[in-house]
Amino acid sequence: MDLIEAFFKIVIVIGALITGAAVMVFLERKISAYIQNRIGPNRVGPRGWLQPIVDVVKLVMKEDIVPKSANRFIHDLAPILSISIALCTFAVIPFGNTIELFGRTVKLMIADVNIGMLYILALTSVGVYGITLAGWSSNSKYSLLGGLRSSAQLISYELSMGLSIIGVIMVAGTLRLDQVVVHQTRYLWGWLPAWNIFLQPVGFITFMVASFAETNRLPFDLPEAEPELVGGYHTEYSGMKFGLFFLSEYANMITSSALITTLFLGGWSIPFAENLALSPLTMSLLQVGSFVVKVFVVLMFYIVVRWTIPRFRYDQLMNLGWKVMLPLAIANILLTGGLLLALN
Amino acid sequence: MTLESILFYILSAVAIASALLVVTRRSPVISALYLILNFFCLAGLYLTLHAQFIAVIQIIVYAGAIMVLFVFVIMLLNLGDERKLSEGMSYKKVIAVGLAAALLTELIYIIETSWIVLPASTVSQGTDIGTVEYIGLQLFTGYLFPFEVTSILLLVAIVGAIVLAKRKY
Repeated sequence: MDLIEAFFKIVIVIGALITGAAVMVFLERKISAYIQNRIGPNRVGPRGWLQPIVDVVKLVMKEDIVPKSANRFIHDLAPILSISIALCTFAVIPFGNTIELFGRTVKLMIADVNIGMLYILALTSVGVYGITLAGWSSNSKYSLLGGLRSSAQLISYELSMGLSIIGVIMVAGTLRLDQVVVHQTRYLWGWLPAWNIFLQPVGFITFMVASFAETNRLPFDLPEAEPELVGGYHTEYSGMKFGLFFLSEYANMITSSALITTLFLGGWSIPFAENLALSPLTMSLLQVGSFVVKVFVVLMFYIVVRWTIPRFRYDQLMNLGWKVMLPLAIANILLTGGLLLALN
Repeated sequence: MTLESILFYILSAVAIASALLVVTRRSPVISALYLILNFFCLAGLYLTLHAQFIAVIQIIVYAGAIMVLFVFVIMLLNLGDERKLSEGMSYKKVIAVGLAAALLTELIYIIETSWIVLPASTVSQGTDIGTVEYIGLQLFTGYLFPFEVTSILLLVAIVGAIVLAKRKY
């Protein structure tokens, strides 16, 4: 029975992630069009909403081209690695509290492990291999440069990401993501929800910047930088293998938005909703809705930033990572530790 | 056979096979990839021993940081296949094989005659021995001095690396 339950949760989460990625691709094109004073895709379906389906059909129908001197096996392996790691990360993120269904209490997260945060750090740290191997196996100078840039960038920003999570761990006193959310359902001074964005503002900023870098989004998209590297690590990819990289970029975006929501924005919690005396089922559904809305807001922020801020130069990227973000994250840990010691 | 022992045999078989492939492959990148696979198998073995913290740290530190650097350097130098370095049977190889065989027989002899008796108490400490809370508590109480000495060692290594990389004094 537990296995069936886990199976259903996995199917629902993966389905939601992939559908969400398709919606994000469409919204990205539409919003970028409005920002650049264009109309954007508007031919397929009502107001262009069926565009993602047509895009996927196009990608699947395209010929899969592998360069002559490429390493065939690794060239195939790289996109598979990318997408599987992107999908696996979501396993420990709680997308709701518990829900009563058919007389069973179902916990709305796939895997309730007691090292949830470390699991996420481990997966993001191996997530770089998809891109790096894609760059190496293509045997092309642009791809190789993209792969090299991505490994350097991810190593640099992983540190500040991990260190900014430590602040949250210190406040919540646990590595379980569901406990972190429960910890954020309290109130400060009776009116301010105790979300970690208020308790850990510096940690929030460093984590946000690091997750932009980890998902290779502008202003940190140096691994693919079209104007200099053609397409970066996926220059030599075509058809659905390219599509998998594309999909995993958006799946990664959704996962890191969900992570930001869980760690800093109160997760599924709705402030002051417990005063409304709703039925448990309505409450559970509303909490899932609240989680989705928060993730959506963060995703919109991702898109708006991408079309507003220009790309960093490589030395600026490294300086920001090592000389600004890392000291900030360490200072945040010291400050948090000091405050916790003073208050308790 | 319990699930744990099935997992143990699968993971150790993959670990041994990948370790062999690390040394026999010609391409450095492929070798590095098999080493990463080996690290993942080790992490899986730690998990079957209820040592979740060590398992995750194994992946974060070795597979996620050190091997990324290795792959980065191999790609940066663009190392080709090692075919040119291969040599025929030389006296070095004969000696190496002989020594390895001697070591293997010694190991088998020691294990068979149970020279070393493992203390039985390591198993009976319960399943919470591998949790983050337990390790943290032990590190900052019973093992504080070795912990601090290790961090000083790391600090020295970092300073040394910066001095070597900077070249201007």
